[in-house]
Amino acid sequence: MKSAREEKKGSEQVISRVLRSGVTTSLVLLSLGTVISFLTASGYRAGPGEIARLTGEAGTFPRSIPWFIGGLIHLDGQAVIALGLLVLIATPVVRVAVSLAAFARERDRTYVIITGTVLLLLILSFALGKTG
Amino acid sequence: MTPFGFTAVVLGISFFAGLLGSLVGVGGGIIVVPALTLLMGVSIQKAIAASIVSVIATSSGAAASYVSERIANMRLGMVLEVATVVGALTGAFLADWVSGRTLFLAFAALLGYTAWSMVRPRGKAVEPADDPLADKLKLHGAYFDKALGREVFYRVSRTRLGLAVSYLAGVASGLLGIGGGVLKVPVMNLAMGIPIKACTATSNFMIGVTAAASAAVYFMRGDVLTFVAAPVAVGVLLGARFGASLMNKMKNASIRYIFVAVLVASSVQMLLKGIHK
Repeated sequence: MKSAREEKKGSEQVISRVLRSGVTTSLVLLSLGTVISFLTASGYRAGPGEIARLTGEAGTFPRSIPWFIGGLIHLDGQAVIALGLLVLIATPVVRVAVSLAAFARERDRTYVIITGTVLLLLILSFALGKTG
Repeated sequence: MTPFGFTAVVLGISFFAGLLGSLVGVGGGIIVVPALTLLMGVSIQKAIAASIVSVIATSSGAAASYVSERIANMRLGMVLEVATVVGALTGAFLADWVSGRTLFLAFAALLGYTAWSMVRPRGKAVEPADDPLADKLKLHGAYFDKALGREVFYRVSRTRLGLAVSYLAGVASGLLGIGGGVLKVPVMNLAMGIPIKACTATSNFMIGVTAAASAAVYFMRGDVLTFVAAPVAVGVLLGARFGASLMNKMKNASIRYIFVAVLVASSVQMLLKGIHK
């Protein structure tokens, strides 16, 4: 049987791994997407006014899901960057969900309630953000 | 400037922002927003969206190390997160009702006072007050301090006060778009009696969660520009990883002074926003 300290250490390593893999995945996707955008014709150009175009509405993340999926299939730089940003934003949420599972495994009821509340509130604010 | 030049400059600035943020437990918006708006000509709305992404990047990039090294107090982080997230929701609702100007000025004063509290000479360290709530929630912690070369044990006190300030930090981030780190670190350090390294590490652990909620909103609205956010995120992630490898080797006093410098800079930013509003 494992001691309480080892158990606790175990969940810390799991959460650290979740954060590390989220960070690495988004780093790879963001760098890859940027390189693709510089190399392809549909990406960043060098002409004058390009910065203004990219930091204006043209750079806005296109919100349609078909564009996103189509872009990923064709390895479009912008879609790959968008995926990298999504992974980055999702990482803390996944971390909370994994902490919840870790506390549940340790049968720590108080912390299951605390972590569950944080997760619910996060989901609530996502939902409010969408409609608001 | 060419797109390549823009990317390179933003990468460099963001690396620095991630390094600083990971050391003191704040999101780096204090550097990213002015750099993008004043230096690179990005609009304030898009710059704030990019800085929210930078908060998440700082948090995840640094906390991966802080959690496995046990400098970040995960239990404390989870407890205070409840208050912060409720606060952030409150702030988002209040945003339409409250005047920005007064708030910015009030915050400038509060941050200035906090900076003074962090540096003023204090008498002999007092034994932390007993806190049954901290005992019940098993908040007391320990970590190995590489600068001191020994394990540091600490007891947490005044959990209720910590919860109240975390709630206010959440309201502030919802209302003013500032990261709560500048308030969370001082309350953990000054009121709850937690060593500064554990405070900044725990703050780093927490800020990503609050920011993720607002990031989703900005993302849906289309304020997150791929061209701007990609180099910001990459630079900050690398900077935060580097910072996290340095932090535990630094002296407590150095971290405290860097934090105070960040507080003073935030206070001045708030003051300017309040005046120009």
